[in-house]
Amino acid sequence: MPIAAGAVGSMSPICADVLQVTALIVALALVYRPFGDYMAAVFASPKHLRVERWIYKAIGADPDAQMRWTAYLRGVLAFSAVSVLFLYLLQRVQNHLPGSLGFSAVSPAQAFNTAMSFVTNTNWQSYSGETTMGHVVQTGGLAVQNFVSAAVGIAVAIALVRGFARSRTGDLGNFWADLVRCVVRILLPGSFIAAIVLVACGAIQDFGTWHHLTTLAGDQQAMPVGGVASQEAIKEFGTNGGGYFNANSAHPFENPNAFTNFFEIFLILVIPFSLTRTFGTMVGSVKQGYAILAAMGIIWLIFVIFMSWSEFAHPGAALHAAGGAMEGKEQRFGVGSSSLFATSTTLTSTGAVNSFHSSFSAFGGGIALLGIMLGEIAPGGTGSGLYGMLIMAIIAVFIAGLMVGHTPEYLDKKIGSREIKFAASYILITPALVLIFTAIAMALPTPIHSAANPGPHGFSEVLYAYTSAANNNGSAFAGLNANTDWFNTTIGICMALGRFLPMVFVLALAGSLAEQQPVPATAGTLRTEKPLFAGLLVGTVLIVTALTFFPALALGPLAEGLS
Amino acid sequence: MNNSVRNTARLTWAALRALLVLTVVTGVIYPLAVWAVAQTAFHNQANGDQVTVNGKVVGSSLLGQNFNLPLRKGQTTPAPDPKWFQPRPSVAGSGGYDPTASGASNLGPTNPKLAQTIEQRRAQVAVFNGVSLSAVPVDAVTASGSGLDPDISPQYAQIQVDRVAKARHLPVAEVDKLVQEHTNGREFGILGEPTVNVLKLNIALQKLAG
Amino acid sequence: MTTGESETKTSSETKTPVENEENETSKDAMSTTTPVRAPEDTTADAPGAPAEHGRVGGGVFDPKQLWKSLPDACRKLDPRVMAKSPVMFVVEIGSVLTTVMAIAKPGDWFGWAITAWLWLTVVFANLAEAVAEGRGKAQADTLRKAKTNTVARRLTSDVEEQVPGTELRIGDLVVCEAGDTIPGDGDVVEGVASVDESAITGESAPVIRESGGDRCAVTGGTKVLSDRIVIKITTKPGETFIDRMINLVEGAARQKTPNEIALNILLASLTIVFLLAVVTLQPFAIYAKAEQSMIVLIALLVCLIPTTIGALLSAIGIAGMDRLVQRNVLAMSGRAVEAAGDVSTLLLDKTGTITYGNRQAAEFLPVHGITAAEVADAAQLSSLADETPEGRSVVVLAKEKFGLRERHEGELAHAEWVPFTAQTRMSGVDIEEDGIARKVRKGATGSVVAWVKEHGGSVPEDVQRLTDEISQAGGTPLLVAVEDVHGARVLGVIHLKDVVKHGMRERFDELRRMGIKTVMITGDNPLTAAAIAEEAGVDDFLAEATPEDKMALIKREQAGGKLVAMTGDGTNDAPALAQADVGVAMNTGTSAAKEAGNMVDLDSNPTKLIEIVEIGKQLLITRGALTTFSIANDVAKYFAIIPAMFAVAYPGLNKLNIMALHSPQSAILSAIIFNALIIIALVPLALRGVQYRPMSADKMLRRNLAIYGVGGLIAPFIGIKLIDMIITLIPGIG
Repeated sequence: MPIAAGAVGSMSPICADVLQVTALIVALALVYRPFGDYMAAVFASPKHLRVERWIYKAIGADPDAQMRWTAYLRGVLAFSAVSVLFLYLLQRVQNHLPGSLGFSAVSPAQAFNTAMSFVTNTNWQSYSGETTMGHVVQTGGLAVQNFVSAAVGIAVAIALVRGFARSRTGDLGNFWADLVRCVVRILLPGSFIAAIVLVACGAIQDFGTWHHLTTLAGDQQAMPVGGVASQEAIKEFGTNGGGYFNANSAHPFENPNAFTNFFEIFLILVIPFSLTRTFGTMVGSVKQGYAILAAMGIIWLIFVIFMSWSEFAHPGAALHAAGGAMEGKEQRFGVGSSSLFATSTTLTSTGAVNSFHSSFSAFGGGIALLGIMLGEIAPGGTGSGLYGMLIMAIIAVFIAGLMVGHTPEYLDKKIGSREIKFAASYILITPALVLIFTAIAMALPTPIHSAANPGPHGFSEVLYAYTSAANNNGSAFAGLNANTDWFNTTIGICMALGRFLPMVFVLALAGSLAEQQPVPATAGTLRTEKPLFAGLLVGTVLIVTALTFFPALALGPLAEGLS
Repeated sequence: MNNSVRNTARLTWAALRALLVLTVVTGVIYPLAVWAVAQTAFHNQANGDQVTVNGKVVGSSLLGQNFNLPLRKGQTTPAPDPKWFQPRPSVAGSGGYDPTASGASNLGPTNPKLAQTIEQRRAQVAVFNGVSLSAVPVDAVTASGSGLDPDISPQYAQIQVDRVAKARHLPVAEVDKLVQEHTNGREFGILGEPTVNVLKLNIALQKLAG
Repeated sequence: MTTGESETKTSSETKTPVENEENETSKDAMSTTTPVRAPEDTTADAPGAPAEHGRVGGGVFDPKQLWKSLPDACRKLDPRVMAKSPVMFVVEIGSVLTTVMAIAKPGDWFGWAITAWLWLTVVFANLAEAVAEGRGKAQADTLRKAKTNTVARRLTSDVEEQVPGTELRIGDLVVCEAGDTIPGDGDVVEGVASVDESAITGESAPVIRESGGDRCAVTGGTKVLSDRIVIKITTKPGETFIDRMINLVEGAARQKTPNEIALNILLASLTIVFLLAVVTLQPFAIYAKAEQSMIVLIALLVCLIPTTIGALLSAIGIAGMDRLVQRNVLAMSGRAVEAAGDVSTLLLDKTGTITYGNRQAAEFLPVHGITAAEVADAAQLSSLADETPEGRSVVVLAKEKFGLRERHEGELAHAEWVPFTAQTRMSGVDIEEDGIARKVRKGATGSVVAWVKEHGGSVPEDVQRLTDEISQAGGTPLLVAVEDVHGARVLGVIHLKDVVKHGMRERFDELRRMGIKTVMITGDNPLTAAAIAEEAGVDDFLAEATPEDKMALIKREQAGGKLVAMTGDGTNDAPALAQADVGVAMNTGTSAAKEAGNMVDLDSNPTKLIEIVEIGKQLLITRGALTTFSIANDVAKYFAIIPAMFAVAYPGLNKLNIMALHSPQSAILSAIIFNALIIIALVPLALRGVQYRPMSADKMLRRNLAIYGVGGLIAPFIGIKLIDMIITLIPGIG
C-alpha cells in the first residue's frame, strides 16, 4: 500500500526514524490507559461470559475457587506439562496428520526443542518453518501455544499483582479463570483485529497447498501458503516470535511493508507496556504503574537510540565495505525500522526478527544481546516483563529502602528476608543458566562447530543462543546451526528452567506478599511512585546485568566492536 | 500418597481438557474465522498478491525473484540478464530467491568472508551496469534478511536504467520514467525506506518493450 | 511514671479538673524525687542538647583499636567462624587457593603479592568485627567486676543462712544491709534503702529502693548504701540483668536481625552470580586463546563479590548496639534496634518527656474590684509556706511580674504559717501587721471555696468564669483568698500551667518529617491534654489514659500495620511494653516492666526514645549505603581487570583501560589492594554510622545515593589509579 511517492529522498533516514519512534510512542500512549484499564477490569470482573462458562464446564474447573500460590503454581505447571507433551506428540505424528503438506515427522530432539520453545513463550526455532511444519502443527499446535503461553505469563503476573494488592489472605485468584479470560477477552479479540489488518496489508491466510509458478524470467518458483496472518498477529501480540517461515518477520508474507512492520512493533509492545497500567489500577495507585512504565520506557528508549546509532554508523569491516548495515535487512524496512524492531523484540520476550541480528554491527548485536540479558523487562514479555521488572523493583527498594533508614517496603508490603529470598533466587536463575550452559558448550569440542562465524562473533553466537533460551526470547545470532542434538536438547532444557523456575519464585513471592498485612506509607517511606525511584530502578537493572555479563560481553561483542 | 497421585491425575486431566478446548478455540475457530474474512474481503492479499501476465501467474508482488540468463554449460551460477532490472543479492536457496529456503547469510559484521563477498558483488554490479564502484548502493551488495526481498532502493534502480535501456533498445528517458513511476516513498512519509518493486517494474518494462 | 495516676484513676471518669490536678501534683512530686540525682540532669540532655552535639553521634574511633584487635582478627580466620559470612568465606577459600599456587610457583612475585593482599582482605574484615566487639568488651569487664561471686544472706523461715549468690533460686528471700552487694535481681519486699547502681548505669548518685510500688526493683551487682531491705529473687542465676548485659555488650548473644538476614541473602546471591561469572569465564577465555591463571581469576572474583559490605556487615550491627549502650540504653535484641528505625508511632508520656513535669504559675487573674498586684502579693505571701514546685513558681512569678521581693518566713513577725499538705490542699499564712489580722490562703478551688464559706465569706460570680477559662485552656486554677476586716473573700485566681520543654515542637516537626506520628499519653482531662498537645505540637493525644487505653491504642495502631514505640516503668505498663514493638523500660521501673520491654534505659530518661529511633534508622542507612557503595565499586574494578586479562588476545579491549593502568599485573594488583584498603578505610564509618539527619525519605535517598552510589562509582577509579601509580614505583613492577 505504498503512498506518498513524491516524498522520495525528501527526508534523511535518521529524521524519518526519529519520527517513526515518536509515532510509535504516541500510538502506545494512546492505548495505554484504556487498554490497561480494560485488562485490569478483565481480571477483576466477577462475571463470566457465556463462552467462558462453557469452557469451564469442559475443563471441569470452578472459576470462582480461590487458589493459594501452590495451587496456582500446580495449575501452571500441569497445563504447561500437558502442553509440552501434546505439542511434542503432534510433531512426532505429523506425517499422519491432514494438511501436513507432505512433511515428515519432526525428529525427537527437534520436536522436544520446539515443544519446549513454544510452551515457554520462547519460540526459538531450530527448524525452518516452510520445510518442516504443516498446517495442523503450525495452526493447531504452535499458534495455540502462542496464545496460551502468553496467557500463562500474564496470569502469573496478575497473581503477583494480586499479591501486592491483597492482604491477610493466601488467595491469588484462579489460574483457569485467569488463563481463559486472558485468551478469550484479551488475546483473541486483539489478535483477530490485528490479523485482519495484516491480511489487508498483504499477509497471507491460505490453507491450500503450495503454488508452483513460472517466473517472469522463466524460472520455476514455489509460493508458500499457510495461516500466516492469524499466526503472525498472536506471534507479536503475545510476544512469542516464532516465525511461520524461516525468515520470520523479514519474510514478505509475514511482514509485507513498512506499515505492517510498524504495526507489528506496536503489537509486540502494547501488552507489556499497558500491563503497567493494569498493575497500577489493581494496586490502587496508577502512579506506581507509571513509575514502572517510566523505568521500562527509559531503558527501551536508551536501547533504541544506541541500537539505531550503531546501525546507522555501521562500524565493522564488512559493513564498512558495503557502505551501510544492510546485510540481513530488508529494503522496505531499511536501517531505522530494522533497529527499532530488533530493540523491541529483544527487550520483550518476542524474538521475532525482521532483520538478522548476526549481521548487525558488533555493538548493535551486543545491544540486542544485552537487551535479552536484562531479563526482558523493558517492557518484557506478556506478563513476564511485568513480573520481572517488579522483582527488580523489589531489589531496588530493598537497597534504597535501607538507605532511608526503614525496613524496605514496596506498595505497603514489607520486603523482608522471605521476599528477598524469592527475589534473589529469581534473579539468580537466568544468569546461572546462560553462563553455565554457554561455558559447557564452549568447553566441549564440538558445539562450537555449529558457529558460522570465526573469532569473537562465533562465541557471541553460542552466548546469544543460551541467553535467548534462558530468557525465553527466541531470537538468534542465526549463524549458529542449532539443529544438533546437543543444542536442541540443552536449549530445550534451558528454556524450560528459564521459564518455570522463575515462575515458582514469583508465585511464592506473591503468596508471601498476599499474606502480609499492609504497612501504611509515611513520610519516612521510600516513595516508589517518584521519578527518583524510576531512575534508581533503571540504574539497578543496568548495573546488576552489566556486572553479571561484563566478562562474557567483553569477549564477544566488545572484543569484536573495539577491534 | 494415594491421595496426591489422584490429585495429580485429576489436575492433569483438567489441564488436558483445558488445552484441548483452547486448541479448538484458538487453533481452529480463530484461524478459520480470520481465513473466512480474509478470503471474502481481501481475497487477493490473503493469497499472496499474485501477479498475472497474460492470465498466467508469474509470481507474487511480495516475493522477489531472479532475473537471470539460462545456465550455460560450465557455469555454476547463472549470469544476470541485462534486459531486466536486477534484485538484491539473495542467499535463499542455492540460487537465491527460493521461497522454500527463506533466510539470511548471518555473516558477522567483521567476518572477512562477508567483506570479501561484498567487494566481489560491488565489482560485479559496477561492471555489469557500467558505473563506478562508488556509485553502487548498499542494497546492491548486501543480501536481504528474507532472501526474498521484492524491493531495491531507487538508487539501485537508477544505476540499472542505462544498462536496461541499452539491452532492450529503449530510450533511456522512458525507462527512467518507468522507474520514477514505480518508486514508492516511505509509508506515511516516515516508515521504512523508499523502494522500487522489481517484479512490478519488470512487468511494466516488458509491457513497454512490447 | 504514669502508674500512680493510672491506678487511682481507672474508676474516676467523673472527677473534676481540680481532683485531677491533685493526682498530677502528687505524681509530680514523686517523679521529681524518684531519681535521687538532680532532675536538671535529665532535662538538660533531653531535648535541646543532642541537636548541639550533632545528632546521633558515635563513639570516637581510635586507630589504636585496630592494632589491639589484631590478635582477635587472626583468631577469627577459623573457617568455622568465617562460614557465617558467605562473602568473606569465599575470599578465605580464594586466599588458601592462591597460597597453594604461590607455593607451587615460588618465583612468581605476582602470585605472592595477590596472595598477601587476599589474606589482608580477610584479616581486615575480621579486624572490623573485632574492633566493634572490642568496644563492648571494655564495658563488659566493668560489669564483670560488679558480678563478683557474692555471698547471699538467704532467709529460710526467718533464719538467715549464707549461700553463694549462684545458688539462689526464684522466690528466695535475701537480706541486704548497708555495704552488701545485692546478690541477684529481685524486688524489695521489705524496707527501704539507698542503692548505688553505678556499676550498671555509671551514675554515682544513689537511688532509693523501697518495697511496694514502682521503685521496688533491685539489680544484682548493685550495692546497698544504707538501711536494710529484704529482697525476693526474681531471676535465675546466669540470667540476671547484669549477665544479659554482659552478653549484649560483648556481642555474644548477638543474633542476626531480620534486615541483616535479608541483606545477607542478597549478598550471597550476588556472590553466587559473580562466582558463576568468573568460573565460566575460563572456557570463554580458552576459546579466545587467552587462558587465565587461577590466581587472576580468584583476584577477579574477590574484586567482584561484595567484600566491602560483607566485611563490615557484622561490625555495623555490633556498632549499632554499641551506640545505644553508649547512650546508656540496653537493647535486649538487635531486632528491637532495627524495629526502632521502623517505628511509625511514638507514645510519649506527657510528664517528664514533653513537659517538665510540674506546673508553674503563669498569670494572676483578679476578680472584679481587685488589682492583679494585690492578687500577686497575697499569692506570694500564701505560697511562702508551700515548698512544692507549684508553690515556688508562684513566688517566682510574683517577683518577675510585680517585683515583689521574696519574703522569708522569719522576716514576718507574728506569722503563723500554714504549710501545704495533700489533705488540706491549701497553704497560707495568718499574720498580724500593724495590729490587723490577716489570713491569706491559696490552694485548690474546692478547698479555698470551702475555706471562704467556712469563714462566712462569699465567692464572687466571676471566680467561676475565671476558673473555667483556665481549665479550658488546659491550665489549673488556684484560688487566692483572704480574710481580714472586710471578711473572707476570694481575691483572684492563679493560672498554673504545664510547661512544655524547650525545643519539643521542633523535635516533633522533625519526627513528622521522618514519618513518625507522636501521641502524647497523659492522665489529664481531655481539655488540658488538648491544650498541651497543641502547644507541644504532637500529632495526637490520649487523655485520662489508663493502662487498658494505652494497650488498646497500641493494638489499634499495630492493626493498621504501624510499629509502635513507648516508654514505661510501672508494673501495669508491662503488658503495653510487651505489646509495643519497641518498649523502653526505665531502669528506675519495676522488674516486671524491665522484663516486658525490649530495651532498658539506664538513665530513665523518656526523651531518649527519640534518639533510639534515630539510632535504629542510622543502623539501616549504614548498611544500605555501604551495600550500594560496594556494588557500585565493581564497575571500576571491571575496567581495571578485564582489559588486563584480555587485551593480549583482543588488543581492542585496551580501549577499556580508561584508567591507563601501567601493566596487566599492576592493574589487577591495584584493584585487589584497593579492595582491601577500602575495608579499613570504611571501618570508622561502619562503627560511627553514616551521618544521619531527620529528613524526608526522598531527600535522604537522594543524598545517600549521591554520596554512596555515585561516590561508589567514582572513588575506585581514583583509588585504583593512585595505587597503580604508587606500586609501579616499586622496582620489578614498574
